[in-house]
Amino acid sequence: MFEVRFHGRGGQGAVTAADLLALAAFEEGRYAQSFPSFGSERMGAPVVAYCRLGEREIRTREPVVAPDCLIVIDPTLVHQVDLFAGLGPDGYVLVNSTRTLHELGLGSLADRFRPERLLTVPATEVAQRQIGRPLPNAALLGSFAALTAQVTIEAVSSAIRERFNRNPSVAERNVAAAAELFQQARQLMTANGRAVLGAPPD
Amino acid sequence: MLRQIEGSRAVAETVALCRPEVVCAYPISPQTHIIEALGELVKTGELTPCEFINVESEFAAMSVAIGASAAGARAFTATASQGLLFMMEAVYNASGLGFPIVMTLANRAVGAPINIWNDHSDAMAARDAGWVQLFAETVQEAADLHIQAFRLAEEVSVPVMVCMDGFILTHATERVDLPTQEQVDAFLPPYVPRQVLDPADPYSIGSMVGPEAFEEVRYLAHARQLTALGRIGELGAEFAEAFGRDSGGLVHPYRSADADVVVVAMGSVLGTIKDVIDTQRAAGHRIGALGITSFRPFPIDAVRNALKGARRVVVVEKAISVGFGGVLSTDVAMTLSGLPVPVATVVAGLGGRTITKTSLGDVFEAALGDQLAPLTFLDLNRGLVERELERMALHRRSGPTAENMLRDLGVTGSRIG
Amino acid sequence: MAVRFYQVGSFAVGNRLANRSDRTVQSDAERANSLTSGHRACQGCGEALGARYALDAAMRATGGQMVAVNATGCLEVFSTPYPETSWQLAWFHSLFGNAPAVATGVAAALRVKGRGDTRVIGQAGDGGTVDIGFGCLSGMFERNDDVLFICYDNEAYMNTGVQRSGATPPAARTATTEAVGANPGNPFGQGKNMPELAMAHGIPYVATATVADLHDLEDKVTRAMEFRGARYIHILVTCPLGWGSAPSDTVRVARLATQTGLFPVFEAEHGEVVRSSPIRRPAPVEDYLRLQTRYAHLFDGQGNPARPDVIAHLQAMADRNIAKYGLIEEEVSSS
Repeated sequence: MFEVRFHGRGGQGAVTAADLLALAAFEEGRYAQSFPSFGSERMGAPVVAYCRLGEREIRTREPVVAPDCLIVIDPTLVHQVDLFAGLGPDGYVLVNSTRTLHELGLGSLADRFRPERLLTVPATEVAQRQIGRPLPNAALLGSFAALTAQVTIEAVSSAIRERFNRNPSVAERNVAAAAELFQQARQLMTANGRAVLGAPPD
Repeated sequence: MLRQIEGSRAVAETVALCRPEVVCAYPISPQTHIIEALGELVKTGELTPCEFINVESEFAAMSVAIGASAAGARAFTATASQGLLFMMEAVYNASGLGFPIVMTLANRAVGAPINIWNDHSDAMAARDAGWVQLFAETVQEAADLHIQAFRLAEEVSVPVMVCMDGFILTHATERVDLPTQEQVDAFLPPYVPRQVLDPADPYSIGSMVGPEAFEEVRYLAHARQLTALGRIGELGAEFAEAFGRDSGGLVHPYRSADADVVVVAMGSVLGTIKDVIDTQRAAGHRIGALGITSFRPFPIDAVRNALKGARRVVVVEKAISVGFGGVLSTDVAMTLSGLPVPVATVVAGLGGRTITKTSLGDVFEAALGDQLAPLTFLDLNRGLVERELERMALHRRSGPTAENMLRDLGVTGSRIG
Repeated sequence: MAVRFYQVGSFAVGNRLANRSDRTVQSDAERANSLTSGHRACQGCGEALGARYALDAAMRATGGQMVAVNATGCLEVFSTPYPETSWQLAWFHSLFGNAPAVATGVAAALRVKGRGDTRVIGQAGDGGTVDIGFGCLSGMFERNDDVLFICYDNEAYMNTGVQRSGATPPAARTATTEAVGANPGNPFGQGKNMPELAMAHGIPYVATATVADLHDLEDKVTRAMEFRGARYIHILVTCPLGWGSAPSDTVRVARLATQTGLFPVFEAEHGEVVRSSPIRRPAPVEDYLRLQTRYAHLFDGQGNPARPDVIAHLQAMADRNIAKYGLIEEEVSSS
């Protein structure tokens, strides 16, 4: 089982991102479960959402306490919330930011986790350009697909199209943003000498 | 059709397949997504004919459902927590009059303190209201139970409450096999009311009944629930035959046949419990579980049969009868009367407190080692409690308890899980 | 609109002098008898009288295609002690505070089943209308559900032994506003004006009526059934038990309520008053108060005012009604 924890703020779509990831995995024939942290969050409040991907029925209802991957939609949370709680040494970290981990004051993460599994991407900027709104949630899943290979970019695109089927234009712009961030992530990983995409854990 | 779908949406779409004719909507977390989705289905014309009525309170929601049912329509509503308590007078009225209303209860704690998160306090408060209460373990089961609920309710003239854990199931997406309209139509015939307000055949419904007949009316309500007890098992089997899924029924045993310790629970926590049991089984412990789907009517025989071979029973329940202890465990202990099987109560998950595998594993191990106390509050923060007790002992005007404890805890917004 | 008959000096409805079509519903031997005889209401019960006229008029207006929903209260209790019922129409009682919502549900079910020709009446006393049922009633009004709601207002909780309601008038003695102390009876400055609250919802039709003018009551029920949507009729019904009036004075007391101006009789459509019933024989409020022991503390043993200040206050309220609703027509010179 592969467990993902999303951190964002109310209004950024963390819950939708978790649901989209579950949908993408489902479309590839896997079992998936997504759920929010159940707060009565308002715009701007910290939000946590969870997603589990597996090869058989997922029964547990525990929140994800030991994630395999963290997706940080809002980088301003990194010093406010205990984001990295429970993340194992082989864990992935995907941060939405134009800055490097070092610039975010997270340089020490490289000491605790495998550097090739740490990535920052400018998802908000890509979303702003592609979608016209600073909504990075769906697009970030493109980078997630590149970073972890847990789902294909095709499955992510298909999930986005299904979720936004009432508004095909919004769907296509999100698909384009996800595709761009998929490519960007691949290039960053290669450019940094991190060509290893990371095999999916068991 | 297999879908990755949110629990509320799955329930709403399934309810729509049941062709409700009147849907009453009043928002309360965590059931709002259900009535929102039904409202949308009515507005788009996908669910027709159906009157979707935005009422001004839960009391009105149940009352509109009562009126609709009395006039011969299939009626549905959904609520949770305070909403259920606010409509409680009408909840009793619906069952007393024998109207087959189906209601989703998105289980949520009852305040004060106000709390929107999941536990079973609301359902337990309605335990004696005369409704059938079915508990869903998964989103799939929650959806499937609604189809069976309408059939059961209308067959035996008893309203049915389908209980699904708020947020944990209502807001989770998972893989769900949603049936087709043809499948549901084949399972659920049109509603033929036993009593109906009809100018062509006018009679009075809702007369005052004095001591001369009240006990008999109540006895018949009990008898209808006993009839339902038999039908729940049969309908579950019929449903499995028609839909290819084992949803519903009275109880669901899990690796309990040879178990020393059997864990009894209701709702979504059974999933987590099963994972823990698999781990402990792998470590060589003889432990199993018994999921109870039908809480009212309570399946005394099925529970006794499933538990009579156990050395010890642990009831994990998301409710407390304040001043006594467990609610479900009281019923379980009663079914085991005369048998040398001690029943321990583990009160867990109140107000949305996370029930972790680690904590469950600890209490199950304690039970296996005969070390589990009769009543355990899972993961109770004793220090927090002691500090407040100390404050109360020291100062007469110690202030509001909940606020004092929140101050002691400090910032909680950053906590995970 | 049927012809109104006013015989000088008596107010009696001239049924036998009128064309058949202008006669009251109640004078028709073929009337529905919706609330038939044999029920357990008190002697002189204004509510039983009002309900019988209102429902029979509605039954005629709908051709018998009608369902009645009743709140808990006197009307429900005296009409249906198990195993008997006085109702000769499809009748349903659920709870005290939910009759408007239940009526909404019945109407919705009828609509969805393609039986919109069957009409729905909700009915309650003043407690079930202005107090415990107010939330549901307001909800039914604002949704403009197709229900005629009738309040039989006897100005207190009579079923439970005469306790104050939000419709109890100032100075009236009830079991929870006893006639003791410096300000005996119900305080001034409280209570709800339910007809005006109904009008404020902008519903198609609101009317008031009393059991003193039963032809007018029938007309208003008939008129109400010409509209679709939420409608409200507020009927003042004398309660000999709670008001301490003689059972034989039920109609007389109700008439004085209108002739003093204490209870204005009018009709409103879509939130605007369109018609009011003029006072034919104006009377001072004292005449009304004297007939009821609930106001006995305002008079001495000889029937002279013991509290002229309170009576004056009540007279002022009546005068305000007269002015507001134009209840006394300008004198027209005649020979």
